[in-house]
Amino acid sequence: MSEVVDARGLSCPQPVLDTLAKITAMGSGELEVLVDTEASKENVARAAQGKGWKVESITEEGGEFRLKLLGD
Amino acid sequence: MTNFFASRKGIVSVGLVIGGLAALLQYLGNPGNMGICVACFERDIAGAVGLHRAGVVQYMRPEIIGFVLGSLAAALMGRDFRPRAGSAPIVRFVLGVFAMIGALVFLGCPWRAILRLAGGDLNALYGIAGLIVGIGIGTLFFRQGYNLGRAQKTYSSVGLIMPLIMAGFLALLFIYPQVADAAKSGVLFYSLKGPGAMHAPLFISLGVGLLVGIIAQRSRFCTMGAFRDLILFKQVHLLSGVIALLAAAFAVNLIFGQFHMGFEGQPVAHTQSLWNFMGMVLAGLCFALAGGCPGRQLFMAGEGDGDAAVFVLGMIVGAGFSHNFGLASSPKGVGPHGIAAVFIGLAICLFIGFTMRKKAA
Repeated sequence: MSEVVDARGLSCPQPVLDTLAKITAMGSGELEVLVDTEASKENVARAAQGKGWKVESITEEGGEFRLKLLGD
Repeated sequence: MTNFFASRKGIVSVGLVIGGLAALLQYLGNPGNMGICVACFERDIAGAVGLHRAGVVQYMRPEIIGFVLGSLAAALMGRDFRPRAGSAPIVRFVLGVFAMIGALVFLGCPWRAILRLAGGDLNALYGIAGLIVGIGIGTLFFRQGYNLGRAQKTYSSVGLIMPLIMAGFLALLFIYPQVADAAKSGVLFYSLKGPGAMHAPLFISLGVGLLVGIIAQRSRFCTMGAFRDLILFKQVHLLSGVIALLAAAFAVNLIFGQFHMGFEGQPVAHTQSLWNFMGMVLAGLCFALAGGCPGRQLFMAGEGDGDAAVFVLGMIVGAGFSHNFGLASSPKGVGPHGIAAVFIGLAICLFIGFTMRKKAA
């Protein structure tokens, strides 16, 4: 079961802050991040990659994005 | 489809286009070092609809209208129009008011601070330093858990209100065009002298506004975010766009002979360094707490963010306060109540920053 950050509805830079806080706390593993704007999707993906995590997949359902991030 | 504008090359291209076009707009008639200033132009719009009666700063700026409508078009084309609202709108309104007050103590938004520097106005260095300090204070609040709460998905019509307001402004501009030597045309006020009387041809301004709105929406260009991301995350993505803006405006200014370095005699600027600095501390803190520079707020309003739209309305009303109550500076220096307003604004920002923190879980 992967960890989840629900950043839907939060404005910039909160989704990135929440994601990075979780990445730091986890160290490695699988993390899902939920966002609801293109900007948040891009910012979270960029920030995760900046920390050496991989964006495994991005899926869209009902105007919301689910980013699956992997860190090892 | 990958979004080219979200890449490093993309954001740099956007910065180059904005900086180049802004300097070009100055050459074509916009005020000196004010090719595009979101704060100044919203202030001119407030004057055009009579929210203040400062006769030198009244013009329905087509650039601002273009920003919102261009952003809407880009968001619709990119399937990125997402109507949302409900994240502390009253707080966003107040932050917009004080962002404008701070910007008008300095005489410019972050975009103009960069453009002033690109034109050789060294007073801008104090403004940019203030902006960075204000944003830095904002990042301290973010580290403490500050946030304005979640927005909700909502009706498309909510997201369309600000674009409709701008379309209405555009209609007024066409219905009541400027008449030579007349300070009023129908319901719109027009400056006969001063910066409000200086403008590039309407359709060029509108075209530039639309283009900038499109590319800035796609790239998420944000001058406040540029410094915030550097301080908070050590990310230089957005900053590379801002540096590109500076470089392009500088190059175009050199080509057109618009570069004049110094502190004295700079267009629409004053030399009171402390208040150039403090005005932008306040504005920078407001932009940080609200999550975007004034340009970005316009682009977000165009892509359906009703809270960003409230911030924009706050800025327009703030411009009315600034000129009605003697808060705005002029080339002679700060207004009679500008200093008091900066302190009140900072106190309110601190109140918001300290009280709107999620308690640690």
